[in-house]
Amino acid sequence: MTIVYEDRGDEAASAVPMRRIRFTINGEKKIAEVEPRLLLSHLIRRGVGLTGTHMGCDTTNCGACTVLVDGQAVKSCTMLAVQVDGRSVETVEGLASASELHPLQEGFKQEHGLQCGFCTPGMMMAAKALLARNPDPTEEDVRWALSGNLCRCTGYQNIVKSVLWAAAKLRSE
Amino acid sequence: MYPSRFRYEAPHSLDEAISLLRNGGDYAKVLAGGQSLVPLMKLRFASPELVVDINNIPGLAYHRADPDGTLRIGALCRHADLERSDLLPGTQPTMAAAAPLIADPIVRNRGTLVGSLCHADPQGDWASVVLSLGGSVVAQGPAGRRTIPLANFVLGPFENALAPDEIAVEAVIPAAKGARAGGYLKLERRVGDFATVGVAVSIETSGEVVTRAGIALTGVGGATIAATDAAQALVGKPLSADSIGQAAELAAAAAQPRTDHRGSAEYKRHMVATFVERILSRADHAAERAA
Repeated sequence: MTIVYEDRGDEAASAVPMRRIRFTINGEKKIAEVEPRLLLSHLIRRGVGLTGTHMGCDTTNCGACTVLVDGQAVKSCTMLAVQVDGRSVETVEGLASASELHPLQEGFKQEHGLQCGFCTPGMMMAAKALLARNPDPTEEDVRWALSGNLCRCTGYQNIVKSVLWAAAKLRSE
Repeated sequence: MYPSRFRYEAPHSLDEAISLLRNGGDYAKVLAGGQSLVPLMKLRFASPELVVDINNIPGLAYHRADPDGTLRIGALCRHADLERSDLLPGTQPTMAAAAPLIADPIVRNRGTLVGSLCHADPQGDWASVVLSLGGSVVAQGPAGRRTIPLANFVLGPFENALAPDEIAVEAVIPAAKGARAGGYLKLERRVGDFATVGVAVSIETSGEVVTRAGIALTGVGGATIAATDAAQALVGKPLSADSIGQAAELAAAAAQPRTDHRGSAEYKRHMVATFVERILSRADHAAERAA
């Protein structure tokens, strides 16, 4: 994996600090060499090439870049890539199996939980963390858990329904 | 957005971290939750030469009560740990009320209370909460540990009392001498926004008499404001409509709000009084129910 960095012209290439990190993404083991200032969102999108994790606001507001790090939902634009050294990352690409959608993806389809789809990966990952902790959430629990994720299309109603649909499906499995 | 270039170290012990800070050059920053530091670095408001990530140091992710009731919160205790804590609801009503109001749920998974105190943002919620409780910060440096009362720890906007080679390792909330009541109320335009107004009230009562009171204000001045006169108006007597009204008025007088896109100065001042009254009236009712 190669990431190309801008050259400020004031340093020897060998003076640029680099770190070698080892991490798991969607179950696959990876080793990467990164500059410490690389954000986790960029490692995922540009380094690993998984562009399902979206960059919305880039200012820790919108939650579109939400991924799971060791099972915890985090905003990947607000974590350094070097910080996942030794940790496990899950992105939206890790939800579906080769033959089947994840119940969350099925729920968003069934309940029309997306329109433009930009916020959807973040919504799903935040919802996944919620359902892991609380398999039988109330509507209020879902709204609370998704309050760090912004959607400008749906008005949220169908997103909440989609997560409740997925929760019911997961409980019945 | 990228932060500017920096060296990164992730030590496994506090001693190692302190020695990195000591030899780290002119400008080193400690990274805990990173929910304030990383955005500041991306905006290039902060451009440290060295970032010392303390997330791999074991033994800092705790919050626990000593046998005497003193509460200790470690440097890696996340907001979410406090939000889900079984320890806080009974004994720390102000903290229990504030924890779910910090930023948003995803930020709360990473951000830390101690980091929020160090960040010393006048809009920071925890500084008001800890100030109202008479709390302090434990700093560890090459010469050992020292305890700094929060009132002396926050020096101004984004400025704290840590030496360049010190790390804030713990926040300490003293044990209540009587029964503790209080709360935190925050007016925000939407989840995750900074407080338009935040008010922390913590009182201790012995029988009906208020023996200690702390009131602190978020977002209505250039720094966290301790409304000491307002708190003093409550002490030495039972809570009454009179004393509550007086405290509300004095707290509003202590605020130094400015008109901005979140509201007019007049509105914010009014909300300070309203919040003080609301928290104390609830505390009063809770005391009645307990009696």
